[in-house]
This record gives sequence, C-alpha cells and structure tokens, in this order.
Amino acid sequence: MKNNPYLFWGLAIIVFFSGVALLAPWISPHDPTLIDGQNLLMPPSLKYWLGTDGLGRDLLSRMIFGARISLSVGIIAVGISIFLGLLLGSCAGFYGKTVDSLVMRFADIMLCIPTFFLILAVIAMVEPSIYNIMIVIGLTSWMGPARLIRGEILSLKEREFIQAERALGATDARIIIRHLIPNAAGPVLVNATLGIAGAILLESSLSFLGLGVQPPIPSWGNILIESKSTLGIAWWITLFPGLAILVTILGFNFISEGLKKIIG
Amino acid sequence: MINYILKRLLGMIPVLLGVTVLSFAIINLAPGKFSTLDQAMNPKVSPEYQMRLVKAFNLDKPLPVRYWLWLKSSICFDFGRSFSDNRLIMDKIAERLPVTVGINVLSLLFVFLVAIPIGVKAATKAGGGFDTVTTYFSFLLLAAPTFWLALLLMQFFCIQLGWLPISGIHSLDFEYFSPLRKVWDISWHLILPVFVSSLGGFAVISRYMRSSMMEALNQPYIYTARAKGLPQSQVVYKHALRNASLPIVTMIGLSIPGLLGGSVIFESIFALPGLGQLFFQAVMARDMPLIMAEVVLGAVLTMLGNLIADISYAYVDPRIRYK
Repeated sequence: MKNNPYLFWGLAIIVFFSGVALLAPWISPHDPTLIDGQNLLMPPSLKYWLGTDGLGRDLLSRMIFGARISLSVGIIAVGISIFLGLLLGSCAGFYGKTVDSLVMRFADIMLCIPTFFLILAVIAMVEPSIYNIMIVIGLTSWMGPARLIRGEILSLKEREFIQAERALGATDARIIIRHLIPNAAGPVLVNATLGIAGAILLESSLSFLGLGVQPPIPSWGNILIESKSTLGIAWWITLFPGLAILVTILGFNFISEGLKKIIG
Repeated sequence: MINYILKRLLGMIPVLLGVTVLSFAIINLAPGKFSTLDQAMNPKVSPEYQMRLVKAFNLDKPLPVRYWLWLKSSICFDFGRSFSDNRLIMDKIAERLPVTVGINVLSLLFVFLVAIPIGVKAATKAGGGFDTVTTYFSFLLLAAPTFWLALLLMQFFCIQLGWLPISGIHSLDFEYFSPLRKVWDISWHLILPVFVSSLGGFAVISRYMRSSMMEALNQPYIYTARAKGLPQSQVVYKHALRNASLPIVTMIGLSIPGLLGGSVIFESIFALPGLGQLFFQAVMARDMPLIMAEVVLGAVLTMLGNLIADISYAYVDPRIRYK
C-alpha cells in the first residue's frame, strides 16, 4: 500500500463515495425531493452548501442520493458484463473449435457496432429506467472481458497443473471454475475496475441525454440536464455533479493502475 | 496487397450480415408496435389511416419477410423512407454526413498534432516535471465526462467572455454572407466542438505515444545511433519516432466507433446538424428505418477503420507483408 500510491488514493476515493452512497439518508442535509419555492437557484450558502436547483431542491442532497444510483449502475452493469464475459470467454477458450468460433464471431459482430449507437438503439425500444440501463450496459460490454478471459485460458489450459487435474478425473466445470478462472483473475479485475469507470461515464451521458435514469430519481448525469438551461445563471449546478463524476472515475482508474502494478 | 484488401472486404460481408440480423432483431423484438405510437399521440388517427401506414411500411408482414425486404433494398443503398417525415433516408444521411466527418477529421488532426509531440517529450524525459504534469493531466481528461467539459467551456467562453458562438454550425443570417465570410463563420462555430471532441483523444494518444516511444528508445538500434555520435534530436525524431509511431497510426482507424458515439453527445449539446444528432432524433422518434440505416453505416465505417488500421500498419512498417 505504501509504495503503491495509485491504489491507496483510488481506494480512498471509492471508499469515501461508497460510504456517502450507503449512508445517504443519514448524512444528506435535506430531503433530495423537497421543493423549496422560496429558494430557487440559490448559490451555495450556509443552509444549502452547494446551492439549489431550479425547483429549489438541495443540490448536495441530490448528489448524495445520486451517488447511490451512479455507483450501483456502474457496479451492477459491470457485474453483468464480467459474468457474461467469464461464461462465454471461458467456454470459448476451453472448448475451442466450434464453440470458440461461434462466440468470437458473435463478439466481432457486436464490436462492429459503435457501442453508444447500440445502447441508444436498445434503450429507445425499452423504457429507460435504472434497471434497464444496468442490463443494457452489461449486455453490450461483455466482449472485452470475454476476449481477455479466452486469451488467458488458451495460455493456461495446456499447463501441467490442468493436465494433472484432468488425470484426477475432474469435470470440465470444476477445471474452469476452480482452476482456470482464479488464475486469470488479475487481468479480469483490472478490466472490471476500468469497466466500472466506463459504465459510470456511460450512465451519466445517457442520463444527460434524457435516456438514462429518469427524474425525479437523481443521478449525477440527470442532475446535469438542468445545467443546459441554467448555463450562465447557476454555475454550481454544472460544476459540482461533474466534479463528483470526475473524482469517482479518477478513483476507479487509479485502482486499476495500482492493480496493474501489483500484477506486474 | 490488393489481394489482401479484397479478401478482407469479402470477409466483411458475413459480419455485416450478422450486424443487420442482430440490429433488426433488437429493434423489432422490443415490446410495443410502431403503428400504435401515432394513436397514443393523436387519438383522432383513424384505424383506416393506421392500416395504410402499416401497409406502406410493410409492418403487417412477418419478421423474416420484412428483414428480407429490407435487406434486398438496402443492398442497393435504398434504406427506405423515414417514419417521421417520409423523406428518403439516404438523403437525410447524405446531407448530415459532411458535418460529422468534417468535425471528426479536424479533431483527429488536432489530436495528432498536439498529442504526438507531448508524448515524445514526456518519453524522452520520463519521470521529469513535464512527464509528471502531462500524466496527471491525462488522468484528469480521461476521467472527465465530455459533455460536462463542453458545458464548462460553453459557460466560460460563450457566456462569460462572449468570445465564441454557443451553438449551431453557422449564424442565422448565414445565407447573405460572402463566401469568405461563410468559411470564417463556420470555422468560428466549429472551434469549441472540435476542441471538446479532441480532449479525450489528447489523453489517450499522448499516453500511447509515450509508452510506445519509451519502448523504442530502449532498443539496441538507439544505442547504436547514440554510439555513432548522432545528435539527440536526430536519434529521437529520425530513429525512435518512426518506429514508435507504428501503433499510433493504427489508432486512427480504431478510434472510429468511439468518435461516432461521441458525436451523438456533443452534436446534441452544440446543436450541430450531424449524424449523431440525426441518430439521437431517430431514437427519440423510434424511427426504425433510420436507426437501422445508421447502425449499418456505423458498422461499415468501423470495419473500414479496422481495415485502414491494418493497411496503414503495413504501409509504415515495410517488414509487415500481408498475403
């Protein structure tokens, strides 16, 4: 930890934001949906630390509750993509031949469509909501992890310890789950932290375009929608939610940089 | 080389077919019918009119038949008519393509002009002050959402300082301008969008350039060059840079999907009439034929980008020969 400042600062940032997200109802100074008609678009003050939005809602409280949404969308979306990636990638790498070419051709096809186009096309057809966003981001980003895991397994599966396991009569599933995947865990973990950062950015862009998390549920992206109409009037609405996104992404990127150093 | 390119182009056909099947399936299997939308918006729409729409767009035929009809006409570059204004989709795309391509080409040029020298300088003095500062900067740029940076820059340059126009691609009285003033007006409007869309590229390309340059500077031929007594600038720019630029060249082709996706966001912020904005409008209006056409176009551009990456790789490195 001491000689790995990237990992230290990354973890510090993420632990802080996760703490904020978990404790949201207890630490937020106001109700995030409470409308204060007397204080519309108030700049930061003692009562409202980061100011209020156009409906007089407290920006800080909305950002604290937004942290819940943004972080959980990022983590669950990547959970789905890593799960799919592990499943498809390890089958492709382990069984080879037809399975491999089927999975990899499918990944090639998915990779040819610009991700943002694909996600928007799908979102257009289903209702935009938190759950759909998580699922759609997860379903459209498993290709990277799958390729990574397939490569790792291809290089691992001919090694002696796998042959020994096979000689002992272990099933395919046991070899994959107990021996191959744990040995490929390092690069997957690096990929996952980068993936969370990417998913949070994606969610914020989608919400900003109005196709992500729907108001009144606050997410960092959809708080920023309002900054389009308050440009030049209320700088705090633009500045603070964006800073929150930036610092969180920075945290995950730092963690992946630190992990890379550990793995070597 | 020609044979290789032909082979690659042929190899694209099955992938492209896969893309069309996949996107057609996603768009059509989603819940809800395209024809019910009109009625929800406007209850006065008569059932007869609705039937006519359904017939006109072949919505009454089974899915595989509709896919076949779509495929047959798409092969001849006829993507049908838009659901929302009944114009030919090819016309709609053709009038918007120059904006998106223009902005992305400009920003790619800008990125390479700025990021390559930065990466080279950071690599030659690795661990130094310049290297540290640019490393932190690229971390920040990679972490910042593009649309947020766009909003901040708009707030500063367009509203507080009033130096740059806030949105659109030309002024309202554009038609009455002299040709020279027209060029000036458009470039004036493009400064901020091009800058914003290059920011992410700066970070990625300069990092890439740095690591690739570091690797090149550790090669034996660099020691030879130094041992010969060549000056530092010649070692760096003539010997190392040429070899280090190999992976960078391929980045141009590989960055196409990201650029297309990004254009959806900044074209909607800056109100630029490009493909990204068109796609966003198509998505909001559930304009199925237009969505399909743009997804296919995006896939074709991505595949061509990959091909260009491979060809340019062979072009800059004579050791690579494709057969």
